[in-house]
Amino acid sequence: MDFALSPRAEAFRAEAKAFIDANLTADMVDEMHRSGTFNDKAFNTALADAGLLAGAVPGYGDRDPIELYVLFNELEKAGAPYDGLAVTMLVAGVINAVGTDFHRREVLDRLLTGRFNCCLGYSEPDHGSDVASITTRAVADGDQWVISGQKMWTTMAHEADWVILLTRTNPDVPRHRGLTMFLVPMDLPGIEVQPVPTMASERTNATFYDDVRVGDEWRLGEIDGGWTVMGVALAFERGVMGGTNPAVPLLRHVRSWAESAADADGLPMIDDPLLRERMARTAIANQVSQLLTLRAAWIAATGGLPGLEGSMAKIYATDRYQQAVGWFQQMAGADGLLGFHTDGAAAGGWIDYDARHAPVTTIYGGTSEINRNNVAERHLGLPKAR
Amino acid sequence: MDLDLTEDQNTIREVFADFFAGQTGPERARAVEPLGFDPAAWQRLLETGAPGMGVPESAGGGGAGLAELTVVAEEAGAHIAPLPLVEHAVTARLLAGLGAADDEMVAGTTVTTLAVRPAVDGEAWVVPAGAVADRVVALDGDLLVLVTSPPPGVALTNHGCLPLAHRPVSGAEVVAEGTDAVAAHARAVDEWRTLTAASLVGMARTALDLGVDYAKERHQFGKPIGSFQAVQHLLADLPGLIDGARLLAAKAAWAGDRDAPGAVAVGDNDITDFAALAAMAFTFAGEAAATATDRSLHVHGGYGFSEEYDIQLFFRRARAASLVLDDPARECRRLADLLFTAAESA
Repeated sequence: MDFALSPRAEAFRAEAKAFIDANLTADMVDEMHRSGTFNDKAFNTALADAGLLAGAVPGYGDRDPIELYVLFNELEKAGAPYDGLAVTMLVAGVINAVGTDFHRREVLDRLLTGRFNCCLGYSEPDHGSDVASITTRAVADGDQWVISGQKMWTTMAHEADWVILLTRTNPDVPRHRGLTMFLVPMDLPGIEVQPVPTMASERTNATFYDDVRVGDEWRLGEIDGGWTVMGVALAFERGVMGGTNPAVPLLRHVRSWAESAADADGLPMIDDPLLRERMARTAIANQVSQLLTLRAAWIAATGGLPGLEGSMAKIYATDRYQQAVGWFQQMAGADGLLGFHTDGAAAGGWIDYDARHAPVTTIYGGTSEINRNNVAERHLGLPKAR
Repeated sequence: MDLDLTEDQNTIREVFADFFAGQTGPERARAVEPLGFDPAAWQRLLETGAPGMGVPESAGGGGAGLAELTVVAEEAGAHIAPLPLVEHAVTARLLAGLGAADDEMVAGTTVTTLAVRPAVDGEAWVVPAGAVADRVVALDGDLLVLVTSPPPGVALTNHGCLPLAHRPVSGAEVVAEGTDAVAAHARAVDEWRTLTAASLVGMARTALDLGVDYAKERHQFGKPIGSFQAVQHLLADLPGLIDGARLLAAKAAWAGDRDAPGAVAVGDNDITDFAALAAMAFTFAGEAAATATDRSLHVHGGYGFSEEYDIQLFFRRARAASLVLDDPARECRRLADLLFTAAESA
């Protein structure tokens, strides 16, 4: 085994780091937390203009999944707004895999400029983990489709130009067989976006579709073939595009705090044996999370489908992130409760932020339980539980 | 970047998987309790060249690196081989590096081990393989000494039935002094951490297999217990832990085999320093093996607690192999000293 990045990937990493250093400002990070929208169009545009975006689109660009991992890992470690970029990459990859020339021209080419955004319309109010049971209907009407229903957790919908929308086209066949995916322009009549504020200040949305009419050219994949398109999307999503190293910036912020803070007896926090132990344990977890993620990227880079390995990385990384946040929040005491721009806040408010953000990480993008089901059934070969 | 084994390493894995499956395994481990050493299997292991495999060719060894040794150590752990292979391999490398390894040590006809903690008051305490080793290398103050004395042949009664013994070191031959001695010992213990981590990965792997097999066979309420989600989820956490531990041990071995100096950039999660990675790999593999054996034993229900079933052998050895060095919390604080000393811009 060789754990050094290839010279090419290392050069790409250096390029990504230099880009982040030059373009990510404290104001941008502030604004992202203030607005709750982890997407910055100016940043995305600059990234695309610097030539860092298109090449890393899975299956499309000339960069391999290791380099895609490198890009998102650097964004995540730096605390940059990357949620919008991750969806861009995901949708660009899906269009590249199953889209038509029309989709490429209308959506893919524009997404790659960094000036446009997509959002994901899978979950519904009554169907989250059991996404195959969704009820948003798409009914054919000539060469058009009429879509009605509601989606939940459509993060970025308020900034998005398109939604990738999972609909039911055939209610008479079992759950996953009657689904069809569409790309739907967000400016069509009948679409309404309502904000859903969250306890981490991150904004997500509920989106409503009331007899929205789209031409058949916006259909992505086969009629009743939506589940296959979902599979393509999930294979890109799990593991590789950020989300498995959130404790790296957390540990950096905690270390910085500990180097200047004192405990109740006036002793430097950085000398506290329990804090040192927990910081070391977090550093171990960060390495393991990185290696599990790299392994998923490596499998993708060598022609495999790393769905289960991505599940393993997500289960582990999010569990340890929550554990680390819990430790550090307790050890920072009252100062750890204070938020950004607040006098006396431990780690500049990051401990408070991470403690509010961490709970969602074992939920979104596939709950830990769904991921454990996958590992149990498909990796360990245990009999189906449901 | 290459996360696959090389062709040679794959061959090594297959050869030693066959060897340990044929010559060792739970039945042999049980048969040689409480000493935890199988002299007949050791004799056959000598024929494979494994004891001196990691010694440079110039010193008569096989010239393999830590990367290859971790592959062998994982297979030994997977079959809980009652053989002091890890201890012997790292000690032979240490002595060869100091020009103090004789042919018997390289071949393994003389069993050699390492006192992983410094001696206190002239005695090395709870030495791994100390019950069966003819030669013991120990750090006594700032002297690295090579003890030659008859092994007790009886192990201290212990949790994992490992061949542990206290060994006196006073008056032994000095093979290095001063900072060289301390550095050589530290390097050898880091190699021991790395290979023991790989061995723990093997134990965890087999523990998971045992748990999964049992969960498929055992029926309650008219169904295999492995179809119950509560049971599934206990086991589903383990592949990530085990694979993560294997990758981390492999990364430590890779760092230890490199000539290039490593980096410690925690803020960037960029760690390529051997000592730091060895400490991480050891601590994490200990935790992964403890969790895997604990969960697998639990899935076995009452049978897991009985001596008749194999999982208890793995459960006890997983703890013993990792705790024989130190309290993991203290290991973590030592790791913190490696990670958080130099100022790093936040």
